[in-house]
Amino acid sequence: MRRLVYVLPLVLVALLGVAFYFQLGTDTQKLPSALIDKPLPIFNLPPIEGDGVVLANSDLAGKVALINVWASWCPPCRIEHPVLMGIAASGVAIYGVNYKDKPDDAKRFLTQLGNPFIAVGADRDGKLAIDLGVYGYPETFIVDANGIIRYRHAGPINKVDWEQTLLPIVKKLQAR
Amino acid sequence: MIAEFGHFALTLALAVAFVQATLPLLGAHRRDTGLMALAPAGAMLQFALVALAFGALMHAYIVSDFSLANVAQNSHTAKPMLYKVAGTWGNHEGSMLLWALILSLYGAAVAAFGGNLTETLKVRVLSIQGMIGCGILAFILFTSNPFARLDPAPFDGQSLNPLLQDPGLAFHPPLLYLGYVGLSTSFSFAVAALIEGKVDAVWARWVRPWTLAAWGFLTAGITLGSWWAYYELGWGGWWFWDPVENASFMPWLAATALLHSAIVAEKRDALKAWTIFLAIVAFALSLLGTFLVRSGVLTSVHAFASDPTRGVYILLFLVVTVGAAFALFAWRGPALAGTGRFEPVSREGALLINNFVLTVAAASILLGTLYPLFLDILNAGKVSVGAPYFQRVFIPMMIPMLLIMAIAPMLTWRRADAGAAIVSLKWAGLVAAIVGFGIWLFINRASALAAFGIAIAAWLFAATMWELYTRARTWRGLLRQPRVSWGMTMAHAGLAIAIAGMTASTAWKVEDIRVMAPGETTEIAGYQFTLSNVSDVRGPNYAALRATFNVRRNGQAYTTLYPEKRIYDVGRQPTTEAAIRPTIWGDLYAVIGDADGNGSYVTRIYFNPLVGWMWTGALIMVLGAGMSLSDRRYRQVATADDTVEAHA
Repeated sequence: MRRLVYVLPLVLVALLGVAFYFQLGTDTQKLPSALIDKPLPIFNLPPIEGDGVVLANSDLAGKVALINVWASWCPPCRIEHPVLMGIAASGVAIYGVNYKDKPDDAKRFLTQLGNPFIAVGADRDGKLAIDLGVYGYPETFIVDANGIIRYRHAGPINKVDWEQTLLPIVKKLQAR
Repeated sequence: MIAEFGHFALTLALAVAFVQATLPLLGAHRRDTGLMALAPAGAMLQFALVALAFGALMHAYIVSDFSLANVAQNSHTAKPMLYKVAGTWGNHEGSMLLWALILSLYGAAVAAFGGNLTETLKVRVLSIQGMIGCGILAFILFTSNPFARLDPAPFDGQSLNPLLQDPGLAFHPPLLYLGYVGLSTSFSFAVAALIEGKVDAVWARWVRPWTLAAWGFLTAGITLGSWWAYYELGWGGWWFWDPVENASFMPWLAATALLHSAIVAEKRDALKAWTIFLAIVAFALSLLGTFLVRSGVLTSVHAFASDPTRGVYILLFLVVTVGAAFALFAWRGPALAGTGRFEPVSREGALLINNFVLTVAAASILLGTLYPLFLDILNAGKVSVGAPYFQRVFIPMMIPMLLIMAIAPMLTWRRADAGAAIVSLKWAGLVAAIVGFGIWLFINRASALAAFGIAIAAWLFAATMWELYTRARTWRGLLRQPRVSWGMTMAHAGLAIAIAGMTASTAWKVEDIRVMAPGETTEIAGYQFTLSNVSDVRGPNYAALRATFNVRRNGQAYTTLYPEKRIYDVGRQPTTEAAIRPTIWGDLYAVIGDADGNGSYVTRIYFNPLVGWMWTGALIMVLGAGMSLSDRRYRQVATADDTVEAHA
């Protein structure tokens, strides 16, 4: 009986270990987007500088595309940029949403680092970002041919994210 | 190039730790002095190599080498130098490297200052330290390499979270880790004793200074963290029962219990298996803290990026380390029966109550911290356990402990006369009663509970001073007191002062939240605050809104406060910088909030009574630990004679 007391701590540690192990798989930090499997919000964005409409829902119709929300003042966007250049070079369509930026800064950013986007719309008042539920920059959405949001990636995309997570989703949607 | 050098040094350190963990253990078993000599040499070399690696990473931060992914993600050229340096450990990889550095520092310290230990015990302790070193170094190298390169290197980095750009927080992690990781030494002593199958008075005396050092650093680290929360988070609170705060508080409670049970093991040859158990538990709770912060299983304000691979590794490390120790405990523990007989009314009886309360307190905090996790596992929904639970459970437990804590030093070992001890403390009781009733009668808004809290603090303080007087009697006697006794007196008195601060700042905090236009005045706790103006100012890497409050008291100018609301250039995150004017009786605390668009601003002004007593009390406790540590008795070779003296 007395010996059992000395074994008790070992048993408790083992039980706690198992409990923790099962909890590890679930990510308490992950915020699932409420927009998954919902249509894109309606939008008509002007160009980085000037008036008119360069990016609207109709531009995305009929193809699987990425929408990347970025800004020149956001350092992770700079880190992510080379990956976007690579994605664009591989033939996947990326549309840019330039969030609350100064036109000159945004243009300089694209001239210096290259422009991976088919078109860039300026979200000057941040309204689209609110509609999309963006809470940090950059964020990227995968939209299918019917304009339905299928995936959301918060934070910069790195090579591994692209190859292991996003690209398979894009391929699957393209195959439909 | 320097980064590659650091990476190489770290790899070499892992190899050295592996040798240190294995061969000397074999040597101690076979009494092979050649193999045993590898342990101290390995500990020294491991420290030198990890220090080189740490230096290499710090260099990369100082020169802003953004080709290192770690530096690019956590630093920025526009950051002040202090935060570039502190940025070294302000991120996951760097903080783990700091953990390894401190672990190897303690190993080297045991090798250097452990001259009075028996050779086999010292070698076994160092071997266990080597095993822990293997675990943490492998973790860093395989899952969290701080020297990973980024190609191409970005123009500039992403900067450190501005909330963390603060001098208090720059030194919070190193102090906390000196405490957390210091408990690894007590753990290694416990495991080594289990291997040897021998726990005696000499062992108990050896383990105590290491525990004391870790406890002192842990106290300092927790205090600094709490102080940071107080002035940086901007609403005058200083403890939130956040999972990560609890993670640092639980090892503190266990270490406090360990300090006291080691005295009983030394003086009375009792509570031996219990002392070993506490040494393992204290370090296990430290590791649990690391696991909780790093793995993201619990959400917390201290969130670092969570990564499941790392989580699995730390969990494995935790379970293997603690599980192996407890397996050894299950095997060898029952043989560690003490010889000391236990009388309920005696010094050791009082220390047993202390241990019981501290352990139950740590267990109930553990339960509260992990409860949401268990519910989540059982799919019973997501809940969070907040401050009300912890306050309701923790505070009532502390009351009897504090009452007895004042009496315990007056009791003799073996068998004591409790009645006589209490009678001898009549003056302390009188002081406490006068203070308590005085507050209850004469201070507005004094609840009975708050008056009682202050009375308990007064009781503990007065009794501690009285005990010092009965020991010393004269000024000369005071000087002759051994430093360990001074340490005890300081730690107990410091706690009394801190408790007065905690009670008063919780019970009598005054707050005033309003919208003020420049020129307006508000009165709080007898001080008139006039918002004289609000202007835009520019800092090294932030822009700020700075308010000027002219404070008057009794019609006379008293002080001027300049709270700020900062927006950092990188990341655009706003932070509040409270302006605080400490006085003996309380802090004047002002915060400036958002503009309302019509030229007015949200202001929050607090009067936090006695809040400075908390930091002062904690500081006295830390100094007490230092005082004890400097006592000659910890540097002498303990002999069997010493324990005889204790029985006399």
